[in-house]
Amino acid sequence: MTEASNAIVSPFTQSALDFVKSLEVSGDFGEVRESGMAAFESLPFPTRKTEDWKYTSLHALTTQDYNRPADNFDLDNASELFEVSGLDAYQLVFINGVFVSELSDEISEAGVSAVPLSVASDAQRALFKQHVGNIAETRRNLFTALNNATVEEGVLLHVEKNVQLKKPIQVINITSAQQQTSSAFARCLVVLEQQAEATLIEQFVSTAEEQNILLNQVTEINIGDGAKLNHYRLHTEDESSLHFGGVYVDLNRDSQFESYQIALGGKIKRLDVVVNHNQAGSHCEMKGVYLPKHNQHVDIHSYIEHIAANCTTDETYRGIMADQSKAVFNGRIHIHPDAQKTLANLSNKNLLLSNKAQINSKPELEIYADDVRCAHGVTVAQLDDKACFYLQSRGISRQEAEIMLSFAFINELLESIPVDALRQKLRPLLAQQFTSNESLTQHILDEEIGVCSEGAL
Amino acid sequence: MLSIKNLQAKVEEKDILKGLNIEVKPGEIHAIMGPNGAGKSTLGNVLSGRDGYTVTGGEVSFLGKNILEMDAEERAREGLFLAFQYPVEIPGVSNLEFLKASVDAVRSHRGEEAMDSMTFLKLAREKCKAVNLDQNFLKRGVNEGFSGGEKKRNEIMQMMLLEPKLCILDETDSGLDIDALQVVAEGVNSQRDPNRSFIVVTHYQRLLDYIVPDFVHVLADGKIVKSGGKELALELEEKGYGWIENEGA
Ligand SMILES: Nc1ncnc2c1ncn2[C@@H]1O[C@H](COP(=O)(O)OP(=O)(O)OP(=O)(O)O)[C@@H](O)[C@H]1O
Ligand SMILES: [Mg+2]
Repeated sequence: MTEASNAIVSPFTQSALDFVKSLEVSGDFGEVRESGMAAFESLPFPTRKTEDWKYTSLHALTTQDYNRPADNFDLDNASELFEVSGLDAYQLVFINGVFVSELSDEISEAGVSAVPLSVASDAQRALFKQHVGNIAETRRNLFTALNNATVEEGVLLHVEKNVQLKKPIQVINITSAQQQTSSAFARCLVVLEQQAEATLIEQFVSTAEEQNILLNQVTEINIGDGAKLNHYRLHTEDESSLHFGGVYVDLNRDSQFESYQIALGGKIKRLDVVVNHNQAGSHCEMKGVYLPKHNQHVDIHSYIEHIAANCTTDETYRGIMADQSKAVFNGRIHIHPDAQKTLANLSNKNLLLSNKAQINSKPELEIYADDVRCAHGVTVAQLDDKACFYLQSRGISRQEAEIMLSFAFINELLESIPVDALRQKLRPLLAQQFTSNESLTQHILDEEIGVCSEGAL
Repeated sequence: MLSIKNLQAKVEEKDILKGLNIEVKPGEIHAIMGPNGAGKSTLGNVLSGRDGYTVTGGEVSFLGKNILEMDAEERAREGLFLAFQYPVEIPGVSNLEFLKASVDAVRSHRGEEAMDSMTFLKLAREKCKAVNLDQNFLKRGVNEGFSGGEKKRNEIMQMMLLEPKLCILDETDSGLDIDALQVVAEGVNSQRDPNRSFIVVTHYQRLLDYIVPDFVHVLADGKIVKSGGKELALELEEKGYGWIENEGA
């Protein structure tokens, strides 16, 4: 390192580098760590002028030192934090980035590796090493670079050719309250070989206390020819949590990636989702809901790269911002010159429940091929007075009317979740975001009558 | 039942109702006719408590209470029902959950116990049938993608479920085919009761062949300019509104 480059390293970067160097490592993944470290060091710390971070302030990271290891890996009743009743899935549980075998399943399906690295075989570790860092991009996101620099523990999910995973894999990342501000890292690598099929549920939960912890998590997904991944990323941590997440997906010929992302707000919550249509015929369908309230912040950046021809993308995100909360949605679709016959659609609708809530939504279409069909639409609205009056004129209280209309805004997305148990878990959980008064949510949550509309989004 | 005295109201700084008087007794059916823009829908909106409709003078008493002081939902719970001229579409809220929330709110206000979901479902299906709507409509979003006539029948179904004391039907007959008109009229007639009154706003005498009114009023320029029996509707059908204005002048 030269004197000159030393001079521009920010205090956060410097302390993160020191922290990373102090971590004990096995040495197996030295390559990705070193390149991650180099990338991290070369990236300037984002300011308000950094395009990708314009509306998400990282000021909190400069006033307090998060570059310290977390402790408290033992939790009583941890399973209550993530249990999804009626869901039959394999569970892999991590607390503050550390694998908890007592809460986790041993998964032995033919043709499937689903293991934490700390207990993986040499062959599995070699497989992980072969793929890790290939998809995650470090140029845009310093936290992904930092995550690369810390690769040690994490999940490997590998499904062999023509194999269909029998049950979903539920990867649970728990954070617990810390005395001192600190950081934890987590990693997940998914490789589906040709025609393989799997469901991955990434769940992010925390204890209901002041967290003081930043979780930096990166998931890389390689979907082989004709293979399909159903992906869920569910963020329901405490509102004091800090999260920097990245989902990086490579799609091969005729492969499918179907993803649901649900995010409550946090102190800072940032999720980058990057999907590369590398080969012809691949399909990506993403649905997302973000629901910040109080002073929470959520930032979702999606980057869809249409590199090959005949691929499709269908993106639908809905956000409801209450109180003084703030959300950022940036949806970029980039059609490369060879990506003829691309079909891409991006819809982002937002509902502001208060005059002080904010949304910064920016769709970006960059098109370098001529024979494509692309559309995008963004709306920002408030509750519809006419609809509210209609409900009130039938005796429904203003409060309940507002909650019904707010929930209606995301209802159709929720209803489209194909896993019953997840849908049934999420509906009340999200309805509770609008009120803690159960009498106001009883009708939207009534299972017997709560059959929803089949209208188009 | 309902007593409106010298009611004046404005919308967005524009005076619409200019001293309107009506007296409705229990069990009566009143028809209101009148030219476009006269203020008929405004009257319905003012009575049901819509924001933005400001009462600038006069009194309205409903079952002895001053309803002008009440929120929209309170008026509905007290038994006032407005079938809208243009029912709104509310995607994402299922018709059934909406109906259940309404019925629960109104019943609880009356001190009746909440209906369990299965009993309610049965009742809702019954009412669907009564207005000749397929049961699938219960699962759909409120009025979402309903045809004009289906929306009107949905209004009548709501009325049947809520069992209000005073029903204001704002052009419920407009846009209905002949069969649907009959269905709606039968729906209304089935709800006739010595303790229930109706105000039927319509442009067509035809409806009044099915729903026979006790009184017919002409509302023009924010006032009732003429009242009479059911034969007034026939006269209006024949001569239009011009002659009344001349009469007044
Ligand atoms: N929200 C509003 N903003 C502005 N003007 C309004 C509003 N609502 C009603 N008006 C005006 O008030 C007048 C009366 O309207 P209203 O809808 O009551 O008429 P109507 O008698 O029901 O007519 P129609 O027979 O066409 O239904 C019209 O001139 C209308 O444009
Ligand atoms: Mg009208």
